[in-house]
Amino acid sequence: MSRILVIAERHHDRLTEGTRKALSCAAALDPGGADLAVLGRAAEAAAEEGRRLAGVARVRLGPQAGFDPPLATVWAPVLARLAADYEAVLMPASSLGRDVMPRLAALVSGVMITEVAEVIDPRTFRRFIYAGNVRLTVRARPEAGRLVLTVRLASWPAAGERAGEAAPVVRDVPDPAGDPGTRYIGLEEHASERPDLQSAKRVVSGGRALGSAENFALLEGLARRLGAALGASRAAVDAGYAPNDLQVGQTGKIIAPDLYIAVGISGAIQHVTGIKDARVIAAINKDPEAPIFKIADVGLVGDLFTIVPALEKALERAGVGS
Amino acid sequence: MKILVPVKRVIDYSVRVRVRPDHRGVVTEGVKTGLNPFDEIALEEALRIREAGHPVEEILVVSVGTAESQQVLRTALALGADRALLLETAQPSVPAGIARVLRALVEERKPDLVLMGKQAIDDDAHQTGALLAGLWGRPQATCVSRLEILADGRLRATREVDHGLETLEVDLPAVVTADLRLNTPRFVKMPDIMRARQKPLDTVPAERYGLGEDAIEFLSFDPPPERTKGILVPDADAFVAALKERGVL
Ligand SMILES: Cc1cc2nc3c(=O)[nH]c(=O)nc-3n(C[C@H](O)[C@H](O)[C@H](O)COP(=O)(O)OP(=O)(O)OC[C@H]3O[C@@H](n4cnc5c(N)ncnc54)[C@H](O)[C@@H]3O)c2cc1C
Ligand SMILES: Nc1ncnc2c1ncn2[C@@H]1O[C@H](COP(=O)(O)O)[C@@H](O)[C@H]1O
Repeated sequence: MSRILVIAERHHDRLTEGTRKALSCAAALDPGGADLAVLGRAAEAAAEEGRRLAGVARVRLGPQAGFDPPLATVWAPVLARLAADYEAVLMPASSLGRDVMPRLAALVSGVMITEVAEVIDPRTFRRFIYAGNVRLTVRARPEAGRLVLTVRLASWPAAGERAGEAAPVVRDVPDPAGDPGTRYIGLEEHASERPDLQSAKRVVSGGRALGSAENFALLEGLARRLGAALGASRAAVDAGYAPNDLQVGQTGKIIAPDLYIAVGISGAIQHVTGIKDARVIAAINKDPEAPIFKIADVGLVGDLFTIVPALEKALERAGVGS
Repeated sequence: MKILVPVKRVIDYSVRVRVRPDHRGVVTEGVKTGLNPFDEIALEEALRIREAGHPVEEILVVSVGTAESQQVLRTALALGADRALLLETAQPSVPAGIARVLRALVEERKPDLVLMGKQAIDDDAHQTGALLAGLWGRPQATCVSRLEILADGRLRATREVDHGLETLEVDLPAVVTADLRLNTPRFVKMPDIMRARQKPLDTVPAERYGLGEDAIEFLSFDPPPERTKGILVPDADAFVAALKERGVL
């Protein structure tokens, strides 16, 4: 019996990369492996995927009905029953994890720690506070309750496929029950051909300087050539140039691509905290004093409206993308 | 309808926060503080609900913190809250402690709606709203960027989620946490600051609402790993070459 439970998250019926990252964090807590709970629609397929991942001791599978779309008020009570068997429960720090996990912590009188970046020992963790300006080491008191953790996605590698036999699956997740007083109306999903921002290897991000939604589309050609996801600063989202789910930063997504290209973004601390785990940061800005150049590995000073098309051509010349 | 707005005093977002040499906290001397930006948005939304003509008997702002938190409560009163409550403690707590205190407070004051920030920009914990909703056993709508009160008294809330915008309807009482795009808060006006001095601001020890010892200890505050300044290149071709050299193209 494992001491750690990871709550799986699905997107379009596939396990998210965040789920695999949570498994890596779980392995740092207990190398013996973690149980993986899979709730809801298409759970069978997700469970098949999950049992082949490294670090999974068992998959706990639930009924298919009643968990979709995921609501914190429905998920938390079921997870609270599962949590009783574990010392720690983990979920990626996605929008769902941020919504469900504190509610779960309340139901199990657990000790909640947000966005775990490092595991020092099974009760001691590091995380970032003050928009990434400070790294804090915290310890859950030994006598305090079970741990409820969200996992900082930019800090952990995704667990890979396992070597040996697939992990066993048990079907013992209880049915959702009760009137949650919450009705799901719908999801206005922002459809894009670009890869998912959170897991993409390359990201091209635009700021206020783009000036309009039409201009923002200028970045798509560049992103397409690079096979990159699109991102945005808060200013670009607030102004309606880009949808909300592209916001990168303290209050948006915290990402760690191999390559991040900031176009017309000043580099405010709230933005930078979302990208500082990127392997290489590149920036295009017309102001040589822009703070983004203090952290960028490669910078190019100039007008984005001439540089972006020139960059596409330069990539073509260099044989990058198509 | 009674609306409760929990607010936190935080270091201003424009301050570059530094750790203390003894690693026991961050430098606060001479540092600008104010209302947590998300709490300002939550309060603004409460004011707008009233201004849209919904009967709002009371907008109560509450802060758990040291005596210095009176300053942000005064600001909240000047912005339009009706009354303020300081739950005073010498030792500011973590979200679990704050949520426990707020749970006891909603039991006593029976608000129909708790409107709060999605996260405090100091601890970036993103916990208190959903913790409170869980302890209280009431619905929650977190990260809300649009809020509407329906004719039957329920709320319709649009949430910013990882893949777009999700809409929920919740029964009251409920906890709603505000995201950045819910509204743009108004500015405080001088005459309002004067007028707010007449508004009630009560102070009660937070221990009376069950604040106890935290389950989490802070061991050390450290500067984060820093990135170093890179190079500037003259043109697009050099840009591509530099990225190739770094193995990312
Ligand atoms: C509570 C709170 C939370 C926040 N959370 C986030 C967050 O999660 N993410 C985030 O991004 N921000 C966040 N912010 C906002 C942040 O402080 C900045 O305001 C924001 O990041 C600025 O966006 P920007 O860089 O696009 O715009 P600006 O700061 O206006 O920068 C635009 C840049 O474009 C350059 N430029 C202009 N024209 C051109 C051109 N033609 N060619 C090239 N360059 C040009 C300018 O030199 C400038 O540097 C938050 C703020 C607060 C208070
Ligand atoms: N000390 C406090 N007093 C009152 N409200 C608080 C306090 N701390 C947090 N909150 C509320 O909880 C929200 C989320 O904070 P956090 O969970 O710490 O990120 C804040 O935006 C406030 O609305």
